[in-house]
Amino acid sequence: MAMTVELVSPETILWSGEATQVVARTLDGDIAFLDNHAPFVGALDIAEVRIWADADEPVALAVHGGFVEVSHNSVTILSDVAEFSGDIDAERASTAADRAGEALRSDGDDDEAKAALKRATVRLAVAGS
Amino acid sequence: MPGGQERILRRRISSVQSTKKITRAMELIAATRVVKAMQRANAARPYSTKMTSVIEDLAAGGTGVSHPLLRETETVTNVGYVIITSDRGLAGPYNSSVIRSAEREIMAAQTEGKGYKLVLIGKKARDYFRFRNYEIAAYYEGMTDTPSYDDAKEVANVVASMFIDEEVDEVILSYQEFVSMGTQRVALRRFLPLEQLGTVAQEGSGSSEATASFEFEPSPEGVLESLLPRYVESRLFSALLDASASEHANRQRAMKAATDNAEELITNLSRALSRARQDAITTEIMEIVGGAEALGGDLAVEELPEGAVASSAGQFAAAAGAGAASAAVRAASASAAPSATALLEAAPFGAGSHATLPDNSAPAGFTIKGNADSMLYHRPDSRSYGVTVAEVWFDTPERAEAAGFRLANTHPKDVQDA
Repeated sequence: MAMTVELVSPETILWSGEATQVVARTLDGDIAFLDNHAPFVGALDIAEVRIWADADEPVALAVHGGFVEVSHNSVTILSDVAEFSGDIDAERASTAADRAGEALRSDGDDDEAKAALKRATVRLAVAGS
Repeated sequence: MPGGQERILRRRISSVQSTKKITRAMELIAATRVVKAMQRANAARPYSTKMTSVIEDLAAGGTGVSHPLLRETETVTNVGYVIITSDRGLAGPYNSSVIRSAEREIMAAQTEGKGYKLVLIGKKARDYFRFRNYEIAAYYEGMTDTPSYDDAKEVANVVASMFIDEEVDEVILSYQEFVSMGTQRVALRRFLPLEQLGTVAQEGSGSSEATASFEFEPSPEGVLESLLPRYVESRLFSALLDASASEHANRQRAMKAATDNAEELITNLSRALSRARQDAITTEIMEIVGGAEALGGDLAVEELPEGAVASSAGQFAAAAGAGAASAAVRAASASAAPSATALLEAAPFGAGSHATLPDNSAPAGFTIKGNADSMLYHRPDSRSYGVTVAEVWFDTPERAEAAGFRLANTHPKDVQDA
């Protein structure tokens, strides 16, 4: 039996269904969930989340922070902002990356620019995959 | 002036009608908006329930951590109020009820010596409190119609930082809660500090299983650190969605009432208009009939009113159309006509004359035949007496003369010379 996966944003349920594997990145690093994973709660980093449904090709999303909760063989991902690879505007992401990179060069401690750069990089990675 | 009355009524009816059109349109728009707002609220529910379940997990994991958003103060010196109203009016008591209950709360807090900080959402709240010289700490507009999560985030961050910076020791959220299409009620909720995790968990689904031991990454504190601000956002978001659904439901109800009132007003005004029109017609007929009566005499009755009454009656019947009005006309013409018509039939040329009978025979006592076209009369001794078809009968030649008839030249010579 596969586990149930739900990806929920504040405004709607983005993805729900059964999957064999979910890969996400918490603040501590990448983590993969398989069937019957132990109960787990983690804070997500700005990174890519991949969900293997029945198909071989995983569903890839750019997730900008949030949580993952695993219990009773179901994985729930909560995120303010999550984008499917198909919905990402790669051009906009790359200009955002350039802009953030420039801001960082002038001020290396600009947290906002750091976060923006990270978001843009993740978007580009997801869109490219 | 009856005519002026009619014009005024007609103008009022058309103005009420256009108002009704507007309120009807607003009602229909609000009805679809309520449904949309409810769908949005339903779509947002999974997130907040999942969020609560994560908090349950944390509570089950026995995390007794402290966080600035959980800070409880013994003595509250400043209270923050987040008041959610709409940007637009015409929503019945929606805005005023929220504002009034919030203001009562502020005044009660002030008597206890607490200060206030106002975070206002919606033009209506801003207008109200600015007019009364309240100090407004923050103000947002354009987000109550269809609130987005980013809107909630923006407000939540401001409110949370006010609380963390100890500008306020407590935050109260005032909005209208959406219970059902028919019921919305004003809610005054303590927004911050957040209840202790255990309380939240108990208020949640209640399915928290203490046996499950969760792994936390990076750590329970780390999860909490990023969880709580999101929890605040999500609570504010659901309040905004509730408020927006309530606003549309209230507007729909208010506009429904307005449309119904307009309909009633139109019915009453139309009734008054019909009555005014009937009064005007009746008055006019009375004037004509009265005038005719005043002229008096057989001639007057015969010549003037018959034509006048007939033509004016026809004109009014066409103009009036309404059953009651034409009935009144008919009644009036019926009452005016008999004297004239009866006289015409009995004695078309005054006393001593007699109308023709259906079989063209001579009425009893009338022997003289009159020709109304040539204005000649024939006595029985006229040569043409037999062939002449009488248009009027007279009893004596003198009467015929009196009515302006001349003796036809078909009589014996002696008679003519006489």
